[in-house]
Amino acid sequence: MDIIVSGVKKTFAEGLTVAQLLIEEKVESPEYVTVAVNEEFVEGEAKAARILTSGDQVEFLYFMGGGR
Amino acid sequence: MALSDAQLERYSRNVILKEIGVKGQKKLLAGKVLIVGAGGLGAPAAMYLAAAGVGVLGLADADRVDLSNLQRQIIHATPDVGKPKVASARETIQALNPDVEVRTLEGLVQADNVLELVADYDFVIDGTDNFPAKFLINDACVLAGKPFSHAGIIRFKGQTTTWVPGQGACYRCLFVAPPPPDAVPTCRQAGVVGALAGVLGSLQAMEAVKYLTGVGQLLTGRLLTFDALSMDFRTIKVARRPNCAVCGPTPTILRPVDLQPAVCDLKAAKTA
Ligand SMILES: [Zn+2]
Repeated sequence: MDIIVSGVKKTFAEGLTVAQLLIEEKVESPEYVTVAVNEEFVEGEAKAARILTSGDQVEFLYFMGGGR
Repeated sequence: MALSDAQLERYSRNVILKEIGVKGQKKLLAGKVLIVGAGGLGAPAAMYLAAAGVGVLGLADADRVDLSNLQRQIIHATPDVGKPKVASARETIQALNPDVEVRTLEGLVQADNVLELVADYDFVIDGTDNFPAKFLINDACVLAGKPFSHAGIIRFKGQTTTWVPGQGACYRCLFVAPPPPDAVPTCRQAGVVGALAGVLGSLQAMEAVKYLTGVGQLLTGRLLTFDALSMDFRTIKVARRPNCAVCGPTPTILRPVDLQPAVCDLKAAKTA
């Protein structure tokens, strides 16, 4: 199945969960990354429960604390 | 009031734009923008807004200019090292454009002064460098109904979003709460390219200009991310969080609260 991850179409095996995608994509410190699937936030235990389906659009939002 | 001949010449590149014109320039001259943090983001934002003729620029910063700031904080120069940043920034702005009234706060923006501070302005630019400050500014602006531009930068990456009352996600919708101290690196620990700060600070100034003149589409409900290494700009649509603690229908944050900055930053700030 194809999933759009951060705007890029990628192919994964069926049944992939959000938690597994975070590992597959080697997302650093995933506990501090906001995940949105089709513009809906997926959090906490829902990450392991949420099974992605073909065409899902996944975005990772990262903390960026600098500015000065 | 009509624009003087000198103003028509100074702002001719604004005035000639059909979207801005004399009318838009007058809005800029009547506009008041608060910039919290006269550093990597605040420096370019303040300079472009000063150049554009924004009538009042508020600058809040507790720090003094350090030699390590000059790699990116272009509002300060080598002779300014040791001066309060707000004083150094004021001098640069006044030399750039005497039309601009500069108001300074040499001190920390905190829970006990943030609401009073933002109340005097039309638009706020978050140019701070730590999560507690970014959440404080978000909460204060949401509570006060004050439009603001958020931005964050680290290494070669930056991101920015704009919040306007009733329009789109706030910073707390995107990130529920600050990460634990030192869980996520700051620029002081991780480094940042000066030109990257310039890109993001300029984008924040752009949003302020658009807000004041009513031109174009603001970055509301969208997070713009920029990766300088790949040169990818993306805008990610972000929804409001239905249970957001500050902008949601049943908020639990009813007034600004001070949070502890990262421990390493505190130490560094004391020795700075
Ligand atoms: Zn919110």
